[in-house]
Amino acid sequence: MKAFAALIDALVYQPQRNLKLRLLSDYLACAPDPDRGYALAALTGDLDFPHAKPALIRGLVAERCDPVLFDLSYDYVGDLAETVALIWPKKHGANTALSLGEVVEVLRETGKAGLPAALERMLDALEPAERFALLKLITGAMRVGVSARLAKTAVAALGILDVNAIEEVWPGLSPPYETLFAWAAGTGPRPEGARALFRPVMLAHPLEEKDLAEFPPTDYLAEWKWDGIRVQAVSDGGTQRLYSRTGEDIGAAFPDVLSALPEDAVIDGELLILRDGEADSFNALQQRLNRKSVSAKMLAAAPAGIRAYDLLFRDGEDMREHPFERRRGALEGLIAARGSPRLDLSPLVPFATWQELAAHRASPPSPAIEGVMLKRRDSSYMPGRVTGLWWKWKRDPHLIDAVLMYAQRGHGKRSSFYSDYTFGVWQGEALVPVGKAYFGFTDAELKQIDKFVRDNTVETFGPVRVVAHQDGAGLVFEVAFEGLARSARHKSGVAMRFPRINRIRFDKPAREADTLEALQRLLP
Amino acid sequence: MDSLLLRPVPGGLYCEAGDFYVDPTRAVARAVITHGHSDHARAGHGAVLATRETLAIMAERYGEGFAGTTQALSYGEGVTIGGVSVRLAPAGHVLGSAQAVVEHKGMRIVVSGDYKRRRDPTCAPFEPVPCDIFITEATFGLPVFRHPEDAGEIAKLLHSVRLFPERAHLIVAYSLGKAQRIIALLREAGYAEPIFLHGAMAKLCALYEKLGVPLGALRPVMGAPKGELAGKIILAPPSALGDVWSRRLPDPVACFASGWMRVRARARQRGVELPLILSDHADWDELTGTLRDVGAGEVWVTHGQEDALVHQARKDGFRAKALALVGYGDEGEP
Repeated sequence: MKAFAALIDALVYQPQRNLKLRLLSDYLACAPDPDRGYALAALTGDLDFPHAKPALIRGLVAERCDPVLFDLSYDYVGDLAETVALIWPKKHGANTALSLGEVVEVLRETGKAGLPAALERMLDALEPAERFALLKLITGAMRVGVSARLAKTAVAALGILDVNAIEEVWPGLSPPYETLFAWAAGTGPRPEGARALFRPVMLAHPLEEKDLAEFPPTDYLAEWKWDGIRVQAVSDGGTQRLYSRTGEDIGAAFPDVLSALPEDAVIDGELLILRDGEADSFNALQQRLNRKSVSAKMLAAAPAGIRAYDLLFRDGEDMREHPFERRRGALEGLIAARGSPRLDLSPLVPFATWQELAAHRASPPSPAIEGVMLKRRDSSYMPGRVTGLWWKWKRDPHLIDAVLMYAQRGHGKRSSFYSDYTFGVWQGEALVPVGKAYFGFTDAELKQIDKFVRDNTVETFGPVRVVAHQDGAGLVFEVAFEGLARSARHKSGVAMRFPRINRIRFDKPAREADTLEALQRLLP
Repeated sequence: MDSLLLRPVPGGLYCEAGDFYVDPTRAVARAVITHGHSDHARAGHGAVLATRETLAIMAERYGEGFAGTTQALSYGEGVTIGGVSVRLAPAGHVLGSAQAVVEHKGMRIVVSGDYKRRRDPTCAPFEPVPCDIFITEATFGLPVFRHPEDAGEIAKLLHSVRLFPERAHLIVAYSLGKAQRIIALLREAGYAEPIFLHGAMAKLCALYEKLGVPLGALRPVMGAPKGELAGKIILAPPSALGDVWSRRLPDPVACFASGWMRVRARARQRGVELPLILSDHADWDELTGTLRDVGAGEVWVTHGQEDALVHQARKDGFRAKALALVGYGDEGEP
């Protein structure tokens, strides 16, 4: 437990991805089974204890601590697991070493009635940092800035495996992953046996218009890029699953989509709200996302479906080595045979010249289109972002001129720079914040903005600097963003998608920046 | 109840019988100063009574003319001011720090100033003085604050230095007391490399050495080539963290040495990569233990997390109250 607690602590404070990876790989290489497997499961969110819940912790601490002191402490610390870890009173002679494996087994296997006493014994046995790690296991999210993908990358780094190979077998595995570690170390075979596995998806590179001159148009097929979420639908021996691009199983919220899948196929496509063959906006889809289940009312109000892009497997045959053109042909046949309104085909966009395609891109037939995709006719389906095969040519972003209002320091290498910006647009005589951006500028520009922030700070609130933006002062950013939605959570009533700094307008007076009315006109 | 011997007034704790203040927060005619931190030791008083070390620290910070007159008192040595006897006892907080023991007509009050109970190689250890009223700080007056052993924190730092030989370790710490204690603890742990100092640290380190606290090889950061600072330990005041100044260091590991680092959110807010839980203040167990050690019937709490300590003191059978003095703790908060 000591090593795991030290890992959690080090990850909490380490902002750099490559150093997080180093910490993870070091731990996984040194820790024994099953500890390392349970640690991996904690980080990927694959540990679940049916009886160990936060209410249990509150109950225990109420018995062992003065309630007034606990409330004052919790109010100060702000995190239940951390407060309890720190305030837990020492019991002399109770301190013993426990391994992570022992802790997990107690949490998993102790019945509901015995769990309070078992947890109390463990809290007495452990040091504060270990208690924190234990309590975080119970409260769920570790919140150490490690994605499931990064954790799996660290497993891959133990041997010569590729992280995509791990993603493929992952859904069939369960903690403590001893077969996976053996495979990664080269001492065991590839784990098998799971149904309806996720396959790593193929991604496209962003296209710059000037690149097109080098590509012969006849080598490529074009199709619309739909503005939903990219998914992989897997149907395997009666099991249907719907995965996000990163391999997360999101099927529980989409029974309408799962029931539309053909037998034994793996389809790559876009998840959209589909009504009578018309795709709705990303906003419409959002209300169906991040749910554990879905009501009949919502299924009727916002019916989801897949607009298919590609076919990875068909009747047990791995199609990924075949050229795109051939896969596409098989996909067309499959969709037509299934004949479901919840599963249709992303149509190709015919073109002879790049000018012709540019014209299509400029006037798409649906507001749910965010650009065009170019795929080489002969491209096989390869995981990750392989150069030269697939390109995404997004429609031009929206641009507005906004005024810098607040700045905060960044993290890691940017910790001495004010690199996180809140910007606003005019509403009458006042600026109203409309978004935040952290990137889009070069290192040299960052230095310039950082200096501007330091030279023009009018007030500070903790880590936040208020930058002069009234009476002729102020810095204007040209902000690029992909779309705009109504939002009740924002004071301005609008929320931007994917905002970034496009240009810094040192030349432009703040008063000439855009207004909220101009921004609202972009709402769908 | 307010004692006639000492009572809280807007400028600090005032002794009417002797007409002097303890650690006044504004300029007064006569002041007893417990230690050199700027929230307790201010310039401009008429007459100042303190330890020799505290007077030297004030002269270093404010210039020789920081007070009209000064009087140095050794630990244990007594004087009488207007019929009130005053002596100083070690507080274990920083070099020269003292508790003011004030006695008049059979009533003894101890003003602890800031204090800690654990060993510190740079200053004399806290001496519990039995008294009628004990006036305590409560900077870390919550049971979540239990400082770990110093040696473990120093080992954590040295482990990180070995792990990242290509990076500088920037430790931010208060210039008076904490910085010198860290250096002394590093030397005790066998770290013999030169330690690099931010300009604001240099004078107080030199003063500590002059007052008999050896700190080993110290170098200024100013003028050192960036490459030379890789794998080295650098000490700077908290304002240097995330400041433009830190850009001269090779990919610095940001370390903050403070009792506040116990709370992860505090450390993360400051962008700290390696928190070092090293405090010059008593933790919860030291605070509550000290109340028992001095055996005062009554406890007054000056600054910090007063509510929790007052609550615990009452539970433990003391009469206790918070004084709500303003102006302290400016240097204690990160």
